[in-house]
Amino acid sequence: MIAGLYIDGHSALHRAQAGLKVLALIALGTGVFLISDWPVLGGVLITVLALYPVSGFGPKILWAQIKPMIWLLILFFVVQLWLNDWQAGLVVILRLAGIVLFAGLVTLTTKTSDMLAALERALMPLARFGVNPEKVSLAFSMVLRFIPVIAHVGHEIRDAQRARGLDKSIIALIVPLIIRTLKMADDVADAIEARSFDPE
Amino acid sequence: MISLENVTVEFDQRRVLDDISVTLAEKRIGIIGANGSGKSTFARLLNGLQTATSGTVRIDDFDAAHDGRKLRRHVGFVFQNPDNQIVYPVVEEDLAFGLKSLKLPKAEIDRRIDDILARYGLFEYRSHPSHLLSGGQKQLLAISGVLVMAPRYIIFDEPTTLLDLRNRNRVERAIAELDQTVITVSHDLDLIADYDRVLVFENGKIAVDDTPANAIPKYRKMMA
Repeated sequence: MIAGLYIDGHSALHRAQAGLKVLALIALGTGVFLISDWPVLGGVLITVLALYPVSGFGPKILWAQIKPMIWLLILFFVVQLWLNDWQAGLVVILRLAGIVLFAGLVTLTTKTSDMLAALERALMPLARFGVNPEKVSLAFSMVLRFIPVIAHVGHEIRDAQRARGLDKSIIALIVPLIIRTLKMADDVADAIEARSFDPE
Repeated sequence: MISLENVTVEFDQRRVLDDISVTLAEKRIGIIGANGSGKSTFARLLNGLQTATSGTVRIDDFDAAHDGRKLRRHVGFVFQNPDNQIVYPVVEEDLAFGLKSLKLPKAEIDRRIDDILARYGLFEYRSHPSHLLSGGQKQLLAISGVLVMAPRYIIFDEPTTLLDLRNRNRVERAIAELDQTVITVSHDLDLIADYDRVLVFENGKIAVDDTPANAIPKYRKMMA
């Protein structure tokens, strides 16, 4: 998700409506679970992969999407190989890779603001039940915004603990990370208020 | 004009500001003091982020106790750490954040964003992920996010603390060029050396209220 933030471009996918792209993602995410034939799933993955150069993204950007999930894919494949057979393993990883890479493509070609505007429109009918679409949209944007910030804080803490010889201690990482994240949440809430956010 | 009358702020029965009465009409006002002296609480009162336990805080026609939301549009606030102030993942989206609350037309939002990005040399970063900006660029983005709202006053809470010398100087120049009334809370005494007035806080009270030429040496003596 961090690697998959919007990159400017003029491809057909860039121009497509955010809502349509999200619907396509939902359709693909559901569709691949209705298919259990690995050659067909392989075809879906190849199509998704082909959309990267078509949308103006080179191998470096494609690799940035694949790299974080490689170990997970290997793990899933090995587990399926152990429990079932290699075809079952292939089906699982082809499904997962297809969904994640298409999700990456959607975020690469869609401005967050367009995505959130689509989300707000989709949530409008829920306003009568007390759901505030603007607040939900702000919450989503902040998740996207603060993942890299919290990851950076995590790296800082890990370096500091490594310098103290505590690089093997999970507690030494988790406790300061939670404390700093909670403090950050307070500060961010203040900043949102100071910037006169008005969801009404 | 900013006017505080007999303002006291208490947290858990601890008095952080003690019966402060002051009127501020200058264009550049510096606030200094040791950690815990009450200077940041004083700054937060001016934007309505903090409410007084007793006393009144007025900024122009606004009463901080009753006009919180209107006051925050009138008085911008730039925090020490821009990472906590930037709430959207892309530069232009963050700048649009406050403007959407003003219910401005899209064309006006785009115009203001273009102007502010050009002003701070950030135009090429319009579609850039905000977390990939340098520290100085992030602080300029945080300042821009406040300036697009066209406030009458801007409060800076230790705006140069996290910056290297080059970025500190960029932020200093950016502040110096502002037309707005500026209130700066800072440990960076050079930043406020050319200001019109400096308040030195000590134990929740204003210990010194003078020109920088007089106030800064007194503060140095107090801290010796």
